[in-house]
Amino acid sequence: MNTARLVLNCTKFACYPANINCRRRLCTSQYMMSRHSHTKRIAGLDKNVWVAFTSVAADPSIVNLGQGFPDIPPPSYVKEALAKAASVDRMNQYTRGFGHPSLVKALSQVYGKVCERQIDPFKEILVTVGGYGSLFSTMQALVEEGDEVIIIEPFFDCYVPMVRMAGAKPVLIPLRLKPGKKQTITSADWYLDPDELSSKFNSRTKAIIINTPNNPIGKVFTREELQMIADLCIKHDTLCFSDEVYEWLVYRGHQHIKIATLPGMWDRTITIGSAGKTFSVTGWKLGWSVGPEHLIKHLQTVMQNTLYTCPTPLQEAVAQGLLLNLKMIDQPECYFSSLAEELEGKRDRMAAILQEAGMTPVIPEGGYFMLVDVTSLNQDLSHMDDDDAYDYKFVKWMIKEKKLAAIPVTAFVGDESKKQFEKYIRLCFIKQDSTLDAAEEILKNWSKI
Amino acid sequence: MSRRLCARRTEGVDKNIWVEFTKLAADYNAVNLGQGFPDFPPPKFVQDAFCEALRGGPMMHQYTRAFGHPRLVETLSRFFSRIVGHEIDPLEEILVTVGAYQALFSAFQALVDEGDEVIIVEPFFDCYQPMVRMAGGKAVYVPLRPKAAGGGAVLSSGDWVLNPEELRSKITPRTKAIVINTPNNPLGKVYKIEELQMIADLCIKHDMLCVSDEVYEWLTYDGAKHVKIASLPGMRERTITVGSAGKTFSATGWKVGWAMGSGKLIKRLKAMHQMSVFDCATAAQEAVAQGFEREYEVFGTPESYFLQLPAMLYHKRNKLAACLQSVGLQPIVPEGGYFIIADISSIKVDSRDLSTEDEPYDFKFVKWLIKEKGLATIPVSAFYSPGHSKEFDKYIRFCFVKEDSTLDAAEDILRNFIQ
Repeated sequence: MNTARLVLNCTKFACYPANINCRRRLCTSQYMMSRHSHTKRIAGLDKNVWVAFTSVAADPSIVNLGQGFPDIPPPSYVKEALAKAASVDRMNQYTRGFGHPSLVKALSQVYGKVCERQIDPFKEILVTVGGYGSLFSTMQALVEEGDEVIIIEPFFDCYVPMVRMAGAKPVLIPLRLKPGKKQTITSADWYLDPDELSSKFNSRTKAIIINTPNNPIGKVFTREELQMIADLCIKHDTLCFSDEVYEWLVYRGHQHIKIATLPGMWDRTITIGSAGKTFSVTGWKLGWSVGPEHLIKHLQTVMQNTLYTCPTPLQEAVAQGLLLNLKMIDQPECYFSSLAEELEGKRDRMAAILQEAGMTPVIPEGGYFMLVDVTSLNQDLSHMDDDDAYDYKFVKWMIKEKKLAAIPVTAFVGDESKKQFEKYIRLCFIKQDSTLDAAEEILKNWSKI
Repeated sequence: MSRRLCARRTEGVDKNIWVEFTKLAADYNAVNLGQGFPDFPPPKFVQDAFCEALRGGPMMHQYTRAFGHPRLVETLSRFFSRIVGHEIDPLEEILVTVGAYQALFSAFQALVDEGDEVIIVEPFFDCYQPMVRMAGGKAVYVPLRPKAAGGGAVLSSGDWVLNPEELRSKITPRTKAIVINTPNNPLGKVYKIEELQMIADLCIKHDMLCVSDEVYEWLTYDGAKHVKIASLPGMRERTITVGSAGKTFSATGWKVGWAMGSGKLIKRLKAMHQMSVFDCATAAQEAVAQGFEREYEVFGTPESYFLQLPAMLYHKRNKLAACLQSVGLQPIVPEGGYFIIADISSIKVDSRDLSTEDEPYDFKFVKWLIKEKGLATIPVSAFYSPGHSKEFDKYIRFCFVKEDSTLDAAEDILRNFIQ
C-alpha cells in the first residue's frame, strides 16, 4: 500500500511543451524509411557469400562442395546422447548462462589435458552459439573504435565484418605462395612474411586473429610460425584470437599447436572451438571460447546481454561426447583422430580427381577444404558480369554449366589481394563417397561439352 | 597487459540478476520460484517432435537456412497469418533467433543508434535496459501506476496503467522506439486494446518504432485478451513482434524464438543476425515447427496446448495468490504471464540478518529468503530503472509455472516463518 502511494506521488517526469513533439512532416512510408534507416553498425554488412551461394547450391541436382558442412552422419553416440538428454525433463529448461555445468567441466578436462594446465570451467570458458558466436562475443567484448585488428588472408569471411561492426579497422596481410615451380603444392607452401607481418603492428593494434588449421587454405601453422606471431603479440602487447575450430582435423605429418600454450600467450589469447566441427554436427551451433578469466569475463558480459544461454540438451549431449572421447584420446577409435583419418583419404582422392581434370589443388595439411587453382583450364568467362572477380564468375558458371558448387576464394580476401587469389576456388571434401563419386563424374567429363 | 582491455560497450552492463540469483538458488538448493521456467516437462507431442527430428536424417544435424529453418518459418507464417488476418511472408517477414532474447538483441542493434532514445515501460524485463545501452541508446522510462485502489480491494495487474500525458511527455525528437511487453513480466499486465491504441497513436504521430515482446502471448487469465499491437492500423510497418517457443511450449532450454515484422525492418535484423550467430540449431527448429503444425490443426479446441497451459496455470496462479494473501503478503493478481508480485512490507526481518551491501531492500530480502528459508524469488526493483528502484523495493516476484509439489513446498515455507 505504501509503495502504491509512492508510485502515485512520483513526479519524476518533465513536461515538454507540445510543439517540440509536433512534426510538420507527413508520415509517409518514404519518410519513415529515411528516418528509420539501418543503424551505422550494420551499414554495408548485409552482403554475405553464404547467403548468396547456399540457396543456389541447395538445388538437389547440384553436387554441393561449397558450404563447409558434412553430408556424412555424425557419430551415433552423439545423436543418442542428445535423444537421451532431451528425455530428461530438466534438460528442456534453461541452464547456466555461461555454459551448462557438465559441458564446461568436460571442456575443462579435454583442454586441460591438451594444454597441460588447469582450466577453470566457470571462469575460463564460455559456451556460445557456434564458433561464430564465440568470434562475435570476443569482438564485442574486446574490440572497439580506435582499435586495429590484424587479419591474415585468406580469412574466414566473417572476421572483417565483425571487426568493422565492432567499430575497429581490419588490417590485412596475405599468406604468400613460396616461389618456385613444384609438382605438388601444399598449404605448407603458403607462408607469412615476418617483416611484412611486423610492419602491420602498431600502438593501435588490439589483436591479431589467427585460424589454424586455416579455412580455406588448410594451412596448419608450425610452432616456429606461431612463435613469430607470439613474439610480436608480446612485444606490442596485443591480444590473440585463435580460431581453432578444425583443431582435430590435422593430417599425417602435422601437429596442431595451440598458440595459447606458448610462453606469455595464455594471458592474452582467446581460443575458439566448435562442437559442430568436432563432432560433425554443424547444425547444433555450439562453440566455446577458452582463455584467462580477465578476458573471458568480458565475453561473459556480452553473452548475458545478447542471448543469455545456449540450448540445454545440445550442451549435455556434447558434454557426453567429449567425455567419451577423452577416455579414448590416444586410441584410434577416438573420433578426434578417426575423423581425421577418414578425411585424409577423402582429401587424397579429391586431390587426385582434380589433378586428373587438369586443375591444380593446394593439398591442405588440415581442415576440410581444398583450394584449387583453375588457371590451367583457361575457361573463357568474358560473357559474364564484369563486376565479379574471376572466381565468382567461375563458380557461378560451374554451378550452372557443370552442376558442381564451390565457393570463390576472393570472398575470403580484401580488395588488394583479390588479384592474387582470383584463380582459386574452394572445395569442401567432408562429403560421403556418393557425393565425391558424383563430383568425380563431373570432373572426369569436364572437357566434354 | 597494460592497455585497456574491454570494449566500452561492456561497461555498465556487467551485472545481471539472473546470473546472480540463479547461482544463489542453486547453491542453497532453494525451492525455486525465481527464474521463469517450468519445472514440469514440455507437452509430450513436443518432446516426441524433438526425438523425431533427431532421427530425421543427417541434414537435421547440419546447418539450415540462416534466417530460419524453412519448415519452421513456413509454419509460423501459416499459424500467425491466420491469427492476424493477413499474409506474413515466411522468408521476408520472419527471423528465427536463439530465443526471444536474441530477437530483442538483434532488434536493438539493428534499429537503435548512438544517441537514440528508447522508451521503456516500467517495470520491465531487465534485459531491455542493458541492450539499449549496449546499442549506444538512451533508455527513457515511464512507469505503470496503479489506479487509486479502493480500500482493501485485491489489486490486479489490470489496475496498473500508463498515464497518456506522462508517456507523451517522454517523447523527444530523438525517440526512436518504445518497448512494450504484453503480457508483462513481472507485473502480469495484459494491455487492453484501448491502451495499445493510445501507444499506437503516439508511435504513428511521432514516427516511432515499436518493439513488442509477446513471449507470454498464450498465457492470459480471467478472460483477458492478448492483442497484438502490430495488428492495429498503421502499426504493421513499424513494429517488431517478438515471440518464444520456450515459453509457448514450456521448453525454455531449447532457445528458439523469433522476430516478425515488415520486410524493411526484418531485413536489418537479418543483417545483424548474420553478423552475430549466423543461424540457429536445426533440430530444435524442426521440433518447434512440428509443434506449431499440430497446434494449427487443433487451435481453439480443447486439444490445444495454447488453451490447456493457461487453464492449468490459472489454478496455480490462484493457489499461490491465495497462499500469499493468507500469510499477509499482498499479491497483485496477474491477468497474464508466469509471475505474481507481492508486497513484502508487512514482513518484519531483523535488519541484522540482512546483508550490509548497498542494494535495495528487496534484494537483501530475497537473498535472506534464499539463504535462511530456502525459498528463491526475484526482487522486483531489478525490473525498474536505477532512478526508480529504491521506490519499488518492497516487492518480490514469484514464478508459479511450477509443479504443485513445488508450490506446496513454497507455501509450507511461507506459512512456517510468517505465522
